[in-house]
Amino acid sequence: MRTGKVKGIISNLVIVAADSAVAQNEICHIRLGKIFLKAEVIKVIGSDAYVQVFENTRGLKVGDEVIFQGHLLEVTLGPGILSKKYDGLQNDLDKVDTVFLSSGYSTDALDMNSEWNFIPLAKQGEIVFAGCWLGEVKEKNIPHKIMVPFKLDGEYQIKSIAEAGRYKITDTIAMLRDKNGNEIEVSMVQKWPVIKPLKGYREKLRPYKLLETGIRVIDMMNPMAEGGTGFIPGPFGSGKTVLQHAIARQAKVDVVIMVACGERANEIVEIFVEFPQLNDPQTGGKLIDRTVIIANTSNMPVASRQASVYTGITIAEYYRAMGLKVLVLADSTSRWAQALREMSNRMEELPGPDAFPMDLPSVISNFYARAGEVKLLNDKSGSITLVGTVSPAGGNLKEPVTEATKKATHSFYALSQSRADSKRYPAIDPIESYSKFLEYPEVVLYLQQTIAPNWKTEVVKMKDRLLQGREAMEQINILGDDNVPVEYHEKFWKAELIDFVVLQQDAFDNVDAFTSLERLYDMQTKIAEICEMHFQFSSYEEVGVFFRSIINLFKQINYSIYQSEEFKNFNRQLDKILNENKQTV
Amino acid sequence: MKINKQFKMQSFKKIYTRVTQLTKATCTLEATGVGYEEMALVDGKSAQVIKINGRNVTLQVFEGTEGIKTDAEVMFLGKAPSLRLSDELGGRFFNAYGEPIDGKYKPQGKELEIGGPSVNPVRRKQPFDLIETGIAGIDLNNTLLAGQKIPFFADADQPYNSVIAIVALRANADRIILGGIGLSNDDYLYFKNLFTNTDMPERIIGFINTTEDPAVERLLIPDMTLTAAEYFAVEKNEKVLVLLTDMTLYCDALSIVSNRMDQIPSKDSMPGSLYSDLAKIYEKSVQLPSGGSITMISVTTISEGDITHSIPDNTGYITEGQLFLRRDTEIGKVIIDPFRSLSRLKQLVIGKQTREDHPQVMNAAIRLYADAAKAKTKLENGFDLSDYDKRALKFAKEYARHLLAIDVNINISRMLDISWNLFKQNFQPDELGIRKKFIDEYWTKATGVIEEDKNSEEGNMSFVNTSFKQRNKLDVKWQ
Ligand SMILES: Nc1ncnc2c1ncn2[C@@H]1O[C@H](COP(=O)(O)OP(=O)(O)OP(=O)(O)O)[C@@H](O)[C@H]1O
Ligand SMILES: [Mg+2]
Repeated sequence: MRTGKVKGIISNLVIVAADSAVAQNEICHIRLGKIFLKAEVIKVIGSDAYVQVFENTRGLKVGDEVIFQGHLLEVTLGPGILSKKYDGLQNDLDKVDTVFLSSGYSTDALDMNSEWNFIPLAKQGEIVFAGCWLGEVKEKNIPHKIMVPFKLDGEYQIKSIAEAGRYKITDTIAMLRDKNGNEIEVSMVQKWPVIKPLKGYREKLRPYKLLETGIRVIDMMNPMAEGGTGFIPGPFGSGKTVLQHAIARQAKVDVVIMVACGERANEIVEIFVEFPQLNDPQTGGKLIDRTVIIANTSNMPVASRQASVYTGITIAEYYRAMGLKVLVLADSTSRWAQALREMSNRMEELPGPDAFPMDLPSVISNFYARAGEVKLLNDKSGSITLVGTVSPAGGNLKEPVTEATKKATHSFYALSQSRADSKRYPAIDPIESYSKFLEYPEVVLYLQQTIAPNWKTEVVKMKDRLLQGREAMEQINILGDDNVPVEYHEKFWKAELIDFVVLQQDAFDNVDAFTSLERLYDMQTKIAEICEMHFQFSSYEEVGVFFRSIINLFKQINYSIYQSEEFKNFNRQLDKILNENKQTV
Repeated sequence: MKINKQFKMQSFKKIYTRVTQLTKATCTLEATGVGYEEMALVDGKSAQVIKINGRNVTLQVFEGTEGIKTDAEVMFLGKAPSLRLSDELGGRFFNAYGEPIDGKYKPQGKELEIGGPSVNPVRRKQPFDLIETGIAGIDLNNTLLAGQKIPFFADADQPYNSVIAIVALRANADRIILGGIGLSNDDYLYFKNLFTNTDMPERIIGFINTTEDPAVERLLIPDMTLTAAEYFAVEKNEKVLVLLTDMTLYCDALSIVSNRMDQIPSKDSMPGSLYSDLAKIYEKSVQLPSGGSITMISVTTISEGDITHSIPDNTGYITEGQLFLRRDTEIGKVIIDPFRSLSRLKQLVIGKQTREDHPQVMNAAIRLYADAAKAKTKLENGFDLSDYDKRALKFAKEYARHLLAIDVNINISRMLDISWNLFKQNFQPDELGIRKKFIDEYWTKATGVIEEDKNSEEGNMSFVNTSFKQRNKLDVKWQ
């Protein structure tokens, strides 16, 4: 056993005099009376190990005992992860039955006594590598693959494999033999250090498929692609969390990992309460069945806040290796960056911009690089789509975390304060925001095939109309309502129409919250038709009156179930008004 | 929630007399067996361990180190700052160390270290308990729930302390705990008189640091207040309302300490850990399954409405919304600004526990108020107004007077009725963007006339801009 003694303490940075060699990022336990505080080595100078403690250090003294654990920070992987509520270090919060999380608590990540119906997928004598599928068990609604442990290097032969049947999670389900004849027992449980990407795939692919979210401003204007990355910056209260929760509820994926990283506990409680009740439209099960929650709220120790994003992405990589579509949502990555900053300052490292550590951009880009669509060893594919929120200080996007994240991601959803102030939700600024996927020929092809042949052209037109509307508005504001041609008002109101009907969407209304691609296409056609119409308004006041009334009708349509009687009724009313106006032309 | 065993084992208290280093806020000496964050007395002044490096122990002296000599007597107390908890706290006022300042006896009870661990998120219950204040800027537009944390953002000249006092008294809490952070003595006496002149003075507890006390001592106030709050919420299942005013002064004290310790400041010379420091406080608000709850209403003073400053900015990222006080010159009253204000928990109850039309009416009114703001800009730029603009402006003025002003005291259904009447007075139904089924029901019922409310407590709520003396006489009705 390698040990050490506490030598110095500044907040959660502890200096340990180590008795023997220690490894960078090794985990150690510091004894405080009857409990142990978990900590990670973050710097070594001579025999002094600088460790960041994942807990409060109150009461710690010089001379207290430290025991090094011989491994890095690891997650435990196996069936039973879905619908768990973990903290940043993968403690199962449901297993802590006290009201308060007192210092030193620690639990198993999985239910170690659980039993699973195992079905072998591989045969005795086969040659396998890390990540190969040995068998599967049914976890909630997904086939959970039991894979050759990712820690194993090189090739192995299956010496024996369990028959179909019910096994305990820790039972040996396969024996593998390496080239030298050493035998390895494999159970359903394995471990992996979170800091290293868990691979087990043949190659990474370019994203090409739309990831449908049901949120109009995303799906139409700036689509997400499966295996892509995106980020949502915005000042406080602009709707980042509401947007992410909507994506978590609606995205067409197999597994959702929500990392609440230094945010409010009540927001996670909302997930705890709602997700077990909401249906998963894909499987018919409940939403919670496909969800894993990593809850490291803002009052939990900062060091584990930093760990939480890695815990989340590693679990995602594990499910991706089963050939599943995984979505990771991290809220908020700025809190993670701030945790890095706190520690870096405590260690008196040379600060970069805004006192963040110098290597922040590379830390962020390495994190997003773990997403992606991959081709597995058996040629099946799996994906991780990763969307993080960013909380820029003072809402100013010129700050290190936003800038670094912008470079590391494909799509950008800028939430605007003024849209949020005027309750134009979701407050995604349609002009500032972008999705690089609209430039990917394979994504465009996919969109044309699944939605409509001219889809991209139509989307670009919509964006142009919004831009024209904004320009018209600026002119009107400078020159005054009646000092500009009436067409300016028409342009402005056409953009307002798109804004009110397509962009704005009530996340709390059962019907409006989700728009299918079919409905979206219908909507786009109708709006485009109106925007292409030329009206003859005699005064600018008439323009406002007319558009307000059709916006009102469109809103009623948005609140009605697609193709319902109500829906058709409002549509007929709309057509009538449009026809009347055409006649006056 | 136990006192750390480590500390209890100390049987005798050794006295050290060799201080090796002194700075404005800290002193360093050689000592052994000292626990991190342990309290000590340096020449009788309270201090706390903030750094240990081998035998060198650095203490933060709360009052500052003026006059401390290198041979000062240093005695370690074997415990972190703590508070004795029992029902005897009720009706009492204490300083930052939990010592009585009301001239009465020291309460007994089990001793607990302040700044304890956080609540397990899976042991929380989702907030559900609507707090009615009678103020439409809150109940209608930014509905509050028990277990919520929300600050008032206010410029220094706004009557924020009176507002939170009124809200507290109307909130129907079992216990009100005031954390006074750098309170002026006048404001301290205002709270004390107001609270002790109620019919149940033992419902009130205060932990007070006034402008006359050392600034760094303020750092203890929120944790003292919240330790007491947790006792009543967790052990006694009470609905506890915590008032913290002024959190900006708390943050200033944090920056004093970190600057004196030569830490690299981040924005606005605040410590890089400001977010975590504030989150640890605000996240103590909770709704427990047993029925107990901690609701936090705080004040964050801001400078000229600037909410991008680090203090309001970090606060906004942590709290569940904010209430923005602003003076509306047109109606000559302080209002709760509907644009910058927000309650993030409102959607859990509005339209569900309150009338079904609540969410849509609220949003429509705010949207029309925004149209009025645009019209106002037009007017200021010398442009003619359209007919719609004129109606929007008329609406906005009445809306501010009848609903946004903080001296309103009516129930939520009445607020909704007034909104419909204002709509009907000024607009056509298709200008509202409200769901047809609500229009069908409520537009038809609305008269378009707003009767002055005879029961309005405007008289007794007119504390705004009144002098301190007048405010004292204020007769606040219990719900
Ligand atoms: N799509 C929406 N529809 C209706 N209301 C919304 C929507 N998005 C946001 N809101 C309103 O805005 C509030 C704040 O949203 P949210 O909590 O998502 O902000 P945030 O950007 O995550 O803020 P923070 O950075 O402080 O966490 C919500 O509580 C809700 O009242
Ligand atoms: Mg948020």
